[in-house]
Amino acid sequence: MRLQLSPEDAAFREEMRTFFTTQVPQGIRDAVAERRELSKEQIVEAQRVLNAAGLAVPHWPAEWGGKGWTQLQKHLWHEEMLQACVPPPLSFNTNMVGPVIATFGSDELKERFLAPTANLDIWWSQGFSEPDAGSDLASLRTSAVRDGDEWVVNGQKTWTTLGQYGDWIFCLVRTDPDAPKRQQGISFLLIDMTSPGVTVRPIELIDGGVEVNEVWFEDVRVPADQLVGEENKGWTYAKFLLGNERVGVAPVASTKRLLAQAKERAQEKLADGSTLLEDPLLAARFAELENEVLALELTALRVAANSAGDKPHPASSVLKLKGTELQQAVTEIVVDVAGPASLASGAPDGSDVPHWARVATPQYLNYRKASIYGGSNEVQRSIIASSILGL
Amino acid sequence: MDFTYDSEQKALRDAVRGLLTKAYDSARRRDVVSDEPGFDSGVWAQLAEMGVLGLPFAEADGGMGAGPVEVGLVAEEIGRVLAPEPFVEAVVVAGGLVADLGTAEQKAAILAPLSDGTLIPVLAHTEPGGRWEPVARAVTAREDAGTWRLTGTKEPVAHGARADLLVVSAATPAGTGLFVVDPTVDGVTRTGYALHDGGRAAQVVLDGAVGTPLGAADVDRTGDLEVAQARAIIIRGQEAVGAMQVALDTTTAYLTTRKQFGVTLNKFQALTFRAADMYVSLELARSIASWALLVLDSGADPREAAARTGFQIGRAGHHIGQEAIQLHGGIAMTAEYSVGHYMSHLTALEHALGDRRFHLGRLAASVGDHGTVDPLA
Repeated sequence: MRLQLSPEDAAFREEMRTFFTTQVPQGIRDAVAERRELSKEQIVEAQRVLNAAGLAVPHWPAEWGGKGWTQLQKHLWHEEMLQACVPPPLSFNTNMVGPVIATFGSDELKERFLAPTANLDIWWSQGFSEPDAGSDLASLRTSAVRDGDEWVVNGQKTWTTLGQYGDWIFCLVRTDPDAPKRQQGISFLLIDMTSPGVTVRPIELIDGGVEVNEVWFEDVRVPADQLVGEENKGWTYAKFLLGNERVGVAPVASTKRLLAQAKERAQEKLADGSTLLEDPLLAARFAELENEVLALELTALRVAANSAGDKPHPASSVLKLKGTELQQAVTEIVVDVAGPASLASGAPDGSDVPHWARVATPQYLNYRKASIYGGSNEVQRSIIASSILGL
Repeated sequence: MDFTYDSEQKALRDAVRGLLTKAYDSARRRDVVSDEPGFDSGVWAQLAEMGVLGLPFAEADGGMGAGPVEVGLVAEEIGRVLAPEPFVEAVVVAGGLVADLGTAEQKAAILAPLSDGTLIPVLAHTEPGGRWEPVARAVTAREDAGTWRLTGTKEPVAHGARADLLVVSAATPAGTGLFVVDPTVDGVTRTGYALHDGGRAAQVVLDGAVGTPLGAADVDRTGDLEVAQARAIIIRGQEAVGAMQVALDTTTAYLTTRKQFGVTLNKFQALTFRAADMYVSLELARSIASWALLVLDSGADPREAAARTGFQIGRAGHHIGQEAIQLHGGIAMTAEYSVGHYMSHLTALEHALGDRRFHLGRLAASVGDHGTVDPLA
């Protein structure tokens, strides 16, 4: 047992820190630090800076830009990136469709898509959930029927995050409605979102934002060679994709950063000369959250340091569950620190209420999503109960 | 960053686990703790023979020269079976103080026989009306013609009736001092009793009892006591992790075998989700406890790491102990079944060294002193 990083890992961490804090445009990092919404251009620019340095897709196979890093190095890369307020590479591209194409796609698909996917020349959207297929994803109904050299797609996807920016969408579609098990009739299809018959409609959320969309498919014709891997094996690829999110599943560094920011604000002088942190109840809540975040970070390090090859440490399933709970708890304490100023969510720039206090409640509302997406926390509990505890 | 045991540590763990699981099943433990002295002298002798009782002490003092990681893994094994032997009390707390502060003569007189199992020293520190501060008030020590005499009451003193030697904290003109007291001398009255978890404690009344300063005289030992307490909290964190793991394992085993409404209990999601939450609590507590052990091993000041461990373990102990009983149902209320004793012992562990509110208070008092907490710093 050893506490310190090895000299090599410590040097690696320093190298990452230096890169992220000096090579990514300050304006983008400031926007992240201030919790401002990033434009599409900012997200693209940041990813291209990383990709040019070989830091956008380090977990991909080496021939497509991967670095062959250890789990611990991947963890350090991700945490240093978040700590430096660098927006991580677009997950749909780098964690989801990229690894699926690299692992299961034909050579033609790899040649055609992987480089532009890494560089965010193509912005991918995710077409998995449907109105009647949420946690029970295998009940999806969007259909693809073969017609000559094409698939004809009909149906509706939903919760498509940032679909308004999407160039392409990777979809799970039902290609065999008569399969004996419903998981066996699903395929993984790549669809150009400019195809005739594709309609994207924004969904307004409780924070007033429109980051998710419904995507409708009406007789959309998709070339047959855009089906990834084998027909009716899409469920296997989807499980691979969802299990592939281990690195970065608990965004510890950004939670830590936000908690430290909130604490700093709680130490500012109020009108009566006191500070909020002098309130022992609030100080105790901060201390409690800091300890929980430390426990989460150490668990993430245990998982990263002790994952042999591709087999995740059993504690990895704790990361999503606790990671999102703490993400939410920290957005909540920011609202508490803002107090009455948190009501001024609609105030324009130039208001006496600072920006952080104005976005506190919308962010708090927005992050209720974290325990729902990526396999709801109830799904995570089911996984822990069945695969770890044998229940 | 490495959280795994090396091969020697694994061998030690296997040896200790072999000894303790052979010595204690639930029924055997109940028999042992229902009789005086509340533990098995044979097991104590076997631990001595294995070198376990001298693990943290220098070889020159008769010990093995091992570190906190080895001591911690022994504590974890003790926690798994709730072994009632006073390993932490004698070796980690009292022995640790003697090793830290004792004169060469004191070390020779105490650590070698402690290591070979023939002498059990314990710390007498807690006083009626006190909490977990490293300060003595009710017991005072005064020097008269070159002899120190101690007066006042210590209670509860873990294993205080059986102990062969007491290390007593006492208020002196220089602050809180530490004294070695032979419990058989005039002026020491000990009244022992059993605790809810099968442990043992005593009231120790001192009435002009002769004591010898541990190490130099006229030194305030508040900081030394605090470090010794921190060390004990961190080692007991490992013991608690062992106990919580078994409480969870026992619960999940029961859920897969006990039938109600014609099916095993693991068919009820209301129960399996709660077991999943127990696992989350356990893994988070284990992460902090392991980290704290490494902080201790690094030689850094262990006090903050101890407070973090005390809080996280205290909270997890409540959660896991309570749920282990609830998910079992009535059977876990019986003294014959094992799992209730785990909750009882976890509760005792927490209140021996500072409860979760005490530790959280410490952390809250210094929460404004730093930006973030970085475990790799």
